[in-house]
Amino acid sequence: MIEIQPASGVADMGGDSGWGRAPIIDPDEVVFPEKWEGRAFALALLSMRVSGSNLDAFRHAMNRLDREHYIDDGYYGRWLYGAENLLLDSAIIAPGAVEARAANIAGGHVEEPPVPESSKPDYAPTAGGSIRQIDAPRKFSVGQRVRAKTMNAPGHTRLQKYTQGHVGTVAIVEPAQILPDTHAHFIAENAQWVYTVSFDSRELYQENTENFTLNTDLYEDYLEAAS
Amino acid sequence: MSKAQPSSDRIPMNLRTEALEQLLVERGLVDPQVMDTFIKTYEKDVGPLNGAQVVAKAWTDPEFKQRLLDDGTGAIAELGFKGPQGEHLVVVENSAEVHNVVVCTLCSCYPWPLLGLPPAWYKDPAYRSRVVREPRTVLAEMGLELPTDTEITVWDSSSEVRFFVLPQRPPGTEKLSEAELAALVTRDAMVGVAQVSA
Repeated sequence: MIEIQPASGVADMGGDSGWGRAPIIDPDEVVFPEKWEGRAFALALLSMRVSGSNLDAFRHAMNRLDREHYIDDGYYGRWLYGAENLLLDSAIIAPGAVEARAANIAGGHVEEPPVPESSKPDYAPTAGGSIRQIDAPRKFSVGQRVRAKTMNAPGHTRLQKYTQGHVGTVAIVEPAQILPDTHAHFIAENAQWVYTVSFDSRELYQENTENFTLNTDLYEDYLEAAS
Repeated sequence: MSKAQPSSDRIPMNLRTEALEQLLVERGLVDPQVMDTFIKTYEKDVGPLNGAQVVAKAWTDPEFKQRLLDDGTGAIAELGFKGPQGEHLVVVENSAEVHNVVVCTLCSCYPWPLLGLPPAWYKDPAYRSRVVREPRTVLAEMGLELPTDTEITVWDSSSEVRFFVLPQRPPGTEKLSEAELAALVTRDAMVGVAQVSA
């Protein structure tokens, strides 16, 4: 039985207001301003492997975080929490193990939970990477009008909410790729064509908006023909 | 809500990271030397200097530029740049008429083999949320005022395609060598929030 935990919604922030002024560029920024950020980066990459999971599952493990955990400790903070989610899902570590160890490193004397019996997903990709060769014909072609579907599935998706329900034009046919919505939950690869779709900003946003073009690369399952 | 988010007493992140590293290393699940290698790779070896080489070559070699725009992944591999987050690269060219700018609203997807790991501004929620709604305003706030008749195209990564901006070559650089040109190219210009100046 596959347990699908919902995304909190905080990651899907495209088009939202309330996040303040645009950031200031720091030309002298270092890659990892704090040492733990580099360690968290590397631990997260390795945790995908250790937990028998994959990049899409990792993204969803971050998207499950509430706003506080997603935002407050920055990008590598959510990487670390996401990695912990993967390791907890596969019972590589026990709930409370990280907290107990942290307390002990800090000089405490806390009993740590025993190492659980691991339960990694019974699932493996058919090849490395995300691109696949497929025989299925392309459902859409360059220049065709398509609508981004309205999705209400609780699990992982890469269909941004600000595109949903809106009509655009296929600009590029991209290589076929595995579908994150099912791959993230260890259900199936569902390799399919991907299309970069062009939306007019006035189609995306009802009120007066800046005039620009929004291009985004969407999986075939996210799209339906529009007249 | 997620399993990993109960404790209201926040553990400092350096301590939390060290705790997880200990738990995995002591069971032989993670090799700290492999961690060191990952960190060093993105601190020292893979960064915007790669992308700058691609841009400078495109500015000086019209045939390479055409290949780059037709098949970004293949042309970039000619220079030896590939790897994680570079499975399929699409290069978009800035001009006086069209300005391209890249974002990943859902996380912070970024062409690692060309630019390294993303900078803080790229990961900032204000950038992620607003550049797909009011890009001209966001770019101006970040110091790039575009002429009103320049069209803007925003590229938001959803799949594993990674977008990379070929900036405009600045005027007055006709005599510069490829290496001298590469030294002018900034990370921010290759994402589309800045222009290259001589």
